[in-house]
Amino acid sequence: MISVQAEKEKEILTLSIYGEIDHHSAKEIRCETDRQILSMRPKKVRMDLSGVSFMDSSGLGLIMGRYALTSDIGSELTVLNPTDAVARIILMAGLDKIVPMERSK
Amino acid sequence: MKSKLLNEMRLTIPSKSVNESYARYAVSAFVGQLDPSVGDLGDIRTAVSEAVTNCVVHAYRDTEGKIYICAKYYDDGKVVISIRDKGCGIADVKKAMEPLYTTDTSGERGGMGFAIMESFTDKLRVRSAAGFGTSVVMTKRIKK
Repeated sequence: MISVQAEKEKEILTLSIYGEIDHHSAKEIRCETDRQILSMRPKKVRMDLSGVSFMDSSGLGLIMGRYALTSDIGSELTVLNPTDAVARIILMAGLDKIVPMERSK
Repeated sequence: MKSKLLNEMRLTIPSKSVNESYARYAVSAFVGQLDPSVGDLGDIRTAVSEAVTNCVVHAYRDTEGKIYICAKYYDDGKVVISIRDKGCGIADVKKAMEPLYTTDTSGERGGMGFAIMESFTDKLRVRSAAGFGTSVVMTKRIKK
């Protein structure tokens, strides 16, 4: 099961994703994140991945797609707190060079 | 010395996206009999997910077909996982295996599937014939 929680503080929208990201679940996450981003149009979007227990390359596509969307509306995307396994895939693809990744936890 | 086959499993599933998680957990439950590390099991789960997703997204693009999964493990800790489809096949396997190469135009796929399978296993072999299907065989040695 996958869920997305949205929290907006001033101009920052934090989208916390919980569960497993694969090609199947990515469709649902994409729908929900895009709905939140387009309705709030924040200056910054933070995608919190600390609750993601599994991610394959579909997650890379998901991040790239949200990067394109936030760029289109003049917003900035940051990936927050991926687990080691998720960070490994992001780093392997070099996606952190395009979308900043912050790890604080 | 030739390694001895200890156990094997076979699974045939329809190419529904909901089966992607089922396939990776079925194979990881089987490999779990070898008492692998969390890291090795995670690598297998990810590699299987990539191969099965390729069947769903590319091989059977607008149709539904069968995905044939076979996993075997040997007395020396070697695990061999084969994932096969009878879908559209890949015209240029070498090109398809290049990192970031994708035929998807939605911007929602990263073209990293084969690169991840290659990186998360010890050996990857891809055989394909356009119009006949694709076979992906991954080998990983489980550390004891």
